[in-house]
Amino acid sequence: MTSDPREELVTHIGPMRAFAISLTRNGSLADDMVQEALVKAWSNIESFQAGTNMRAWLFTILRNTYYSHHRKRSREVEDVEGVLSDSLAQKPDHDGRLQMRDFAVAFATLPEDQREALVLVGAGGFSYEEAAETCGVAVGTIKSRVNRGRARLVELMGVSDDEPMEVTAAVTQGIVAMNQSIA
Amino acid sequence: MTRKMNRTRETSSVADEIDKNIKRAFDDVANQELPSRFTDLLDQLRAQSSTGSEGSHDK
Repeated sequence: MTSDPREELVTHIGPMRAFAISLTRNGSLADDMVQEALVKAWSNIESFQAGTNMRAWLFTILRNTYYSHHRKRSREVEDVEGVLSDSLAQKPDHDGRLQMRDFAVAFATLPEDQREALVLVGAGGFSYEEAAETCGVAVGTIKSRVNRGRARLVELMGVSDDEPMEVTAAVTQGIVAMNQSIA
Repeated sequence: MTRKMNRTRETSSVADEIDKNIKRAFDDVANQELPSRFTDLLDQLRAQSSTGSEGSHDK
């Protein structure tokens, strides 16, 4: 008998929360959504094909949960700062956090289709193909959302493509400073 | 030539830095300790399904 894939669920909850927050921009709503998605996943585990990407399967369930009924509610309670920035704001004393907070605020203003594509591809480790399947769109659509999202962020962060060194230097400095404060 | 290559690399490094920022924000949340509601939920689901498979299926 093979091991129960349900035992693997726990390892995906952290990333599911991060993805949910990037969709909802609201921490408590995100956790409600994750809880609902986990119950669905648990009771429909037979629809998961062993050997395929469980995280992609779970993110699809989570995403459907969001679009089916949490999306409307999240608009009503949407917080302008964005909640990805909440996790950053928890450690305001760390060097480099201000840069990160600015970034998170900029990120939160992106349209949800671009946030979603950027998070899946840029942070979730999804290939363009997996992201496309998760979102139910063509690969080219995901690529274009990622590119538009990145371009918009560059614009919002106050740099142009002609001055890439500036943002690179500033952001890298922030990351290096943060690594040093952790070490 | 060199100039153009540098430009290309710099532009793609902006994309890299953006991805790094997103990844960092994502990982900050993903690596947080799980709230107990989730571990409790899994325990509850596990208990329910083992009861379900051993006993009859009436609810």
